[in-house]
Formats: sequence, C-alpha cells, structure tokens
Amino acid sequence: MARYLVQRIGQALLVVWLAYTLVFLAVQLLPSDPVTIFLTVDSAVDQAAIDTMKSQYGYDQPLVVQYLHQLAGLFSGDFGYSLASGQSVRDRISGVAGSTVALAGSAFVTAVVIAVLLVAAATLTRSGVVRRVLVNLPPLFSAIPVFWLGLVLLELLSIRWGVMSLFPDGSFLSLAVPVLVLAIIVSAPLAQVLLKSVSHVYDQPFIDVLRAKGASRSWIFFRHALKNAAGPALTITGITVGTLFAGSVITETVFARSGLGSVVLQAVTTQDVPLVQGLVLLTATVFVVVNLVVDLLYPLLDPRILKSNGQGAPRALTA
Amino acid sequence: MNTAEPRVHPDASQTRTFQRPADPLLQVRGLRVEYRHHGSTTTAVDGIDLAVGRGEIVALVGESGSGKSTLAKSIIGLLPRAAERTAGSITLGDTDLTSAREKDLEGIRGRRIGLVPQDPGASLDPVRTIGSQLAEVFRLHPDGARRSRKAVRDDVLRLLELVGIDRPEERLRQYPHELSGGLKQRVLIAIAFSLQPDLLIADEPTSALDVTVQAKILEVFERLAGEFGTAVLFVTHDLAVATDHAARIVVMQRGRIVEDRPVADILAAPDDEYTARLLEEASPHRRPAEARTASTAEPVTVPAIEVRGLTKDFRGKGEHHRAVDDVSFGVAQGTTFSLVGESGSGKSTTARMILRLLDPTAGQILLHGEDVTTASRSRKRELWRSLQLVYQNPDSALDPRLAVSDIIGEPLLNYRVGTGAERSARVAELLEQVDLPVALAGKRPLELSGGQRQRVAIARALALGARTLVLDEALSALDVLTQAQVLALLADLQQDLGLTYLFISHDLHVVEQISTTVGVMRQGHLVETGPTAQIFGNPSSDYTRVLLASNPGHRLRARSGSRTAAAHAHTARPGLSALSAP
Repeated sequence: MARYLVQRIGQALLVVWLAYTLVFLAVQLLPSDPVTIFLTVDSAVDQAAIDTMKSQYGYDQPLVVQYLHQLAGLFSGDFGYSLASGQSVRDRISGVAGSTVALAGSAFVTAVVIAVLLVAAATLTRSGVVRRVLVNLPPLFSAIPVFWLGLVLLELLSIRWGVMSLFPDGSFLSLAVPVLVLAIIVSAPLAQVLLKSVSHVYDQPFIDVLRAKGASRSWIFFRHALKNAAGPALTITGITVGTLFAGSVITETVFARSGLGSVVLQAVTTQDVPLVQGLVLLTATVFVVVNLVVDLLYPLLDPRILKSNGQGAPRALTA
Repeated sequence: MNTAEPRVHPDASQTRTFQRPADPLLQVRGLRVEYRHHGSTTTAVDGIDLAVGRGEIVALVGESGSGKSTLAKSIIGLLPRAAERTAGSITLGDTDLTSAREKDLEGIRGRRIGLVPQDPGASLDPVRTIGSQLAEVFRLHPDGARRSRKAVRDDVLRLLELVGIDRPEERLRQYPHELSGGLKQRVLIAIAFSLQPDLLIADEPTSALDVTVQAKILEVFERLAGEFGTAVLFVTHDLAVATDHAARIVVMQRGRIVEDRPVADILAAPDDEYTARLLEEASPHRRPAEARTASTAEPVTVPAIEVRGLTKDFRGKGEHHRAVDDVSFGVAQGTTFSLVGESGSGKSTTARMILRLLDPTAGQILLHGEDVTTASRSRKRELWRSLQLVYQNPDSALDPRLAVSDIIGEPLLNYRVGTGAERSARVAELLEQVDLPVALAGKRPLELSGGQRQRVAIARALALGARTLVLDEALSALDVLTQAQVLALLADLQQDLGLTYLFISHDLHVVEQISTTVGVMRQGHLVETGPTAQIFGNPSSDYTRVLLASNPGHRLRARSGSRTAAAHAHTARPGLSALSAP
C-alpha cells in the first residue's frame, strides 16, 4: 500500500510539473512578451513604459532564469502578479475561489445523488416503460447546453414568476438554481457509466447466488451491485472535474455570480498572461489532485487492485 | 448417501417411467417454460412432471439446451426476464411456489431452497469479504430474535469447519480472489447449507473444477446432504458424475424427461435410446484394435515435437514462480500426445512455449528436428504455417462479426496466399474436410452450435496446411455427444493428413480415448509419461493414481467390466468410437 501511495503521488507531481512547463512554453510561443501584449491591447504605448514594467515583472531575464524562478515560486505558493490589477495572482484567485468551490462542490454532490437515484430507479423498477424513460435521461442531460438551461430558468423564475432575484442575494434559490443547472450536466456521464456497469454486474453469476440466498432486489442493488459498479463511475468522476470547472465559469456568468468564472473572463479579455497562467495551473492541479484521490479510493472499493499491482490488469473491474 | 430411497416400481406398460416418492418434498406438474426472443418463442421446458422425496439425491442429466437448467431455475425462481412459465405448477411441501408472491419467495430462497452454483469463480461478490457473505444469509433470514454479531460469527465459523476449510478465522477477512476455486466452492456450499434447507439445487457444481478437487467437493456435499437430510437436485451434463453420486437419474432431452429411474436400473438397462447413447459415450471404450495405425506407419525417426529441459519462470513482485520445471518429451509424427494435470500444473504454459507464443527461461524446443527455441520473429511466422492452435473456448476464439468463410480464410489473407478465387476454393475444401455444410459459410459464429464452432476453429487452424495442432482443452466446452463427433473428426483428419496432436486436457475420459501417449503434469513437473494403456492401466506415480481415482464414473467403469484388461488388450492407438458404436 505504501509503495502504491508513493508511486501515485510521484506521478501526480510529475503531471503538475509537466503542465507548468507546457504553459510556460506556450507563453513563449506568443508573438511577443506578456507585458507588451497587455499594454498594447487598446493603444500604442511608449517603449520606456513597457521596459520598466518588463523589468518589474522579471520578463527581461533570460528564459532559463524566468523558468526556474517561476518554478521555485510555485513551491512557495507564489504565482506572480496580475498585470491588470498589480495584485498577486494568488490573492486574486483565492479571493473568489471560495464561491466557485461552494458552487462546484454542491453541484458535484447533487450530480452524484441524481446519478445514483436515477440508476437505482431504472434498475429497480418493474415497469419497462419507466426504465426506458430513465435510461434515456442522461443522454438528454448531456445534450442540454448549460447556458441555455441557465437562461431559461432565469427567464422563468426571475422574470415571469419573480420568485428569484436576477442577481445573487444569498437566498436559497439563488444558490440552488445554479447548482442544479451545473449538476444536471455533470450527472449525465456519471449516470451513463453507472448504468452500463450496473447492468454488467447484473450479468454476473453472483447476483443469482444472492437471489438464491433470499436477498431482495433493493438489497442486491444497494449492498452489492452499487459497490461493484462504482469503479468505472469513479474514473469518470475524475474526468468530470473539467466539465465542472468549465460549467462553473458559464454558470457564474449567466447568474452573475462572482467567482473564478469572472476572473477567467477578465484575464482573457485583458490578456493578463500571468493570471491566465495561474488559472491554468490551478485547474491542472485540481484535476491531478482529484484523480489522485480517485486512484487512492480504488483499493477501498475493489480489493483486487492492490493484489494485481504490476502484474497485468486486474480481473475485469466490470468495464 | 441417503437412507430411504423410495422404490416405487414403474408401471410396466409405460415406456417413460416416472418415480413417485411416497412423500414428495418437491412436486413439479406439467411445467412448461417458454423463452421470448424478438417476438418468437421457444419452449425450453415442455410438460415436465417430477417429484423429489425428502433427503433424496436426484441427478438431472442432459446436454446443453435440453432444458435442465431452465427446470432447475424455475424451481428456485431464478428464471431470466425473457423466460416465462406458461403452464404447470411447482410445490415445495405445502407451498405452491408458482403462485407465491415475490416477498414470500424471498423468505423461501436461502431458507428452504438453496443453490450451489456452476462457476465458483464468479459466484461470490468480489468486493465483499468471505465472512460478510456467509453472515449475510443469517442477516437476510433473522428468524425471531436479533442475534448478536458474536452468535452469527460462531455460526459462520462452524459452517466453515463443516465444509472443511482450514484456518476459518483468517478466511473470514479474506476476499474471494484470495481463495482457490475449490475453496470458493466450499464457501458457496457452506452458504447453501447454512440454514439447512429442505432442498438444494446444485447446478453443475463441479464442472469448473479439477477432478481431484471435484472428488473432494462432491464428498463434502454428499456428507452434508446426508447429515441434514437435504434433498438434492443435482444438475449435470456429466453422466459419470451423476451415476457416482445420485440415487436416481432423470434424463432430459429437448425439454422433456425421457427417463427417470434409480441409477442401478438405468445402468442395467436404459429404456430410452437417447439415454443409452449418453451412457455409451460416457463409458470407457473398448478400443477397436483396427488398423488406424497403418496410415503413417513408415518408421519416422524425427519426432514432430521434441522438448528438452523446458523451464519457465514467472516473476511477480519479488517472488519467483516456476510454472514449468525441466520438462522433456517427444511426440512422434502422426500421433497424439496428451498433457493432463490440474489447473496450474503448467500444461498450458508448456503448450504456449511450444507454439512460440511465450519464451522459455531454459530448455530447447525442436519441431521436426529443427531447433526453434530462439526463432526470430519472421521465422516464427513461417513456423505458424505448420503449427497451429485450437483454443479451449470456440465462443471467444472466433470473431463474432465475421462470417464463417472469412474466419477460415483469414490466415490465407494474412499470409497472402493465392488469389481471391483460390482462397474461396480452399475455404470450401476446408469446410468439407471438417464436415461442415457449405451453406454455413455465410453464417456468423453465434448462429452455429458449439460443435460447429469448434469445427470452424479446426478448419481455420488447418487453412495454411498445418501438420501439428495444439488442442488446448478443445473439447471441454462441448456436450458429450458433440465431443464424440469432434473426436471422430480429429481421428479422421489425423489419418487422412498425418497430423500430430498435442492435446491439453483435464478430462481423463477424453484423454484415454484420443491419446497415443500421455504425460502427467503436476506443479510444473512432468511426473510420468508413457503409452496411454500403461498410464491408465498401470501408472507408476502416486499422483497419477490419485488423479485416476478422482476420475468420476466408477459405477460406469464397473458396468463396462474390467477396464484395465480391455486397455491392455489393445496397444496404444487412438481408437474412437463414433456415434454409431453399438
């Protein structure tokens, strides 16, 4: 177990480092340096101002020095300074991250609940019609654009019926509606994968043995099938972090919530490269950490994972 | 076994005779089950009447598709969604199972009817501990006062000891993948017996296990059934096992019962023609000492396959595992050499090294005198023209999306042999060689029967003109009558084409029929080799004797007289009786 842990954490660090290096290289591919780009967005600026700012931000140093300096900064939590506000990137992001974390976190939990309930209902129902309807919901969910659903709900709830404020006012609905909008898109892949792996689990002989023991349908589903089927769904969970983040940006914009969404929007429109760089790194890190957690959870779900470590694939996780 | 075996004499006027125990526990009357599939229905069980007395052990025998599994599943209420009971009733004691509500059935399953499933490997929840799966039965059927964890745990430990599992305390915390197949089946038997049910359905409980394990498991099973007075409906395709362990045999064919009588009566004189054929195929054969030998009789000095000191190590994390240890043998051209042994004995690893799909750690492999131990990639490709594999499971060894003709023709395409027209001519020729009607050429594997699929696999192996075939458990998935037909085909091909077979099997009955020489493997070692008659008649190693003693079919062998005498009378040649055997 210890070896597995060290191995996975090492891999995670490697990925973050690679992400940083890629972002750094991408910035070098820009036609000019970040400061020049930033200052020349709207109008021509004199060269002296550009040079002063360049040396302030360290963009006049040789590339290797810049690379190592920024890398060292990462470890001490220093992501550099935003060109637009002069604030440190860390402060700029941490100031609003809480709101996004609250939105994304609640949306994720809601999405898992929606997916599990949907799959439970589809599996346990005796009606073929109900089952067919439920099975077709996830593809529908993933086909609905987040901004469209958000706008439609705003139109209905705020403008037609007036039960919800157009802007966040701390009321239950003003958090619940964005959460639901985001949860629906995130629950779609979870439910789809879970449905598939649950139906695969139900093809296995041990389900017959459970029925022969006298277990009821819901006993079998909640106590056995779900845990067996959770593996592939957990993998997808790691991947939905991307959807979750992208969805938050859109949802925040639609519902006029402050959060990382607005920071991303500003950073991109003002061409604030250090801030964009920080945001990309943050996303990559979150992605890596979530997937690390997923990997560490696997052995708890399926004891065969650790056994087969290094010796070929484990006997089908169910996929 | 069971003490009170009901002996109601059958009505002499009936051709099909049914046993009627005096106080039946289970009564099936006029049962009819149909499967719906894409709007069409097929009848799997067609008007079955069956009674099983208390404590009686009844074997339900038949080939796949005979409806035996459907009947068993109807009784315990595990029919798949597509199946429907359209007529008849099933009663257990005073309870009518066919009209009971689902809730009541849940109370009956596990408590009054138990199940020992077919495939122990996949019949335990892989992500729950053995202990929790054993305790689950008690939690599902609490029966009165809530019992403490301690009380349940004691019961579970007692059960594990009952089925002969060592270190029970430790087993409770283990997961299914940490147990061998035999141990898993013992756990499943413990689960089935935990509430001492009146009736047990055992659905091919040992067909996935090695013979030596099978013998031990069946012994445990029989002992417990006797101890608890449990009636057992023992579903099997293996007549040898059925005759050894049951008091009464029910033979099913195409959804109907064709014979239902005590074992002794059936062995003495089967009423039904189909039963007679099954018995004939399952019994040891007196080898017809005919002149199959003559075909390739010129003295061939160079063996088709020769291995010297073959060794294979597998390296896990830190631990070495020697799968094959210093194995040497030779196979003369045009003969059949069988490797027998339990799973894990290294026989398949040996075969894969000979096929050059796996590199040996040490030792030499010679094919027709040529050393191929270190053959290059392109040399191996040439090698595979003359050396081919027929795999265990024809279902998964054939691409389900390709037509039969494409499957057989694929090797020709891979090796860019001939023009399109020549290739189709060759495919037609191969189809004829394996006795498949040309009409099947356009069908896909799923539309074929198991035997037909195995013929397709054989034809594919022969496509490039292979002279040596490695048959890895090639007949294990087939019913006994189909097995006989494929065996006859293999014998004919051997005679016509002078083929050499390396036959891997755990089925001693088949091995005895097909082999010229036999090698017995155990834990990577070749413990014994010799002509078939010698191995089966007069084995020199203790292990071979254990293996032979575990081979089911004692009563069948007793029936067909002195086997050893018969085997000695005919020197080792693969003799195969086709279906037309008397």
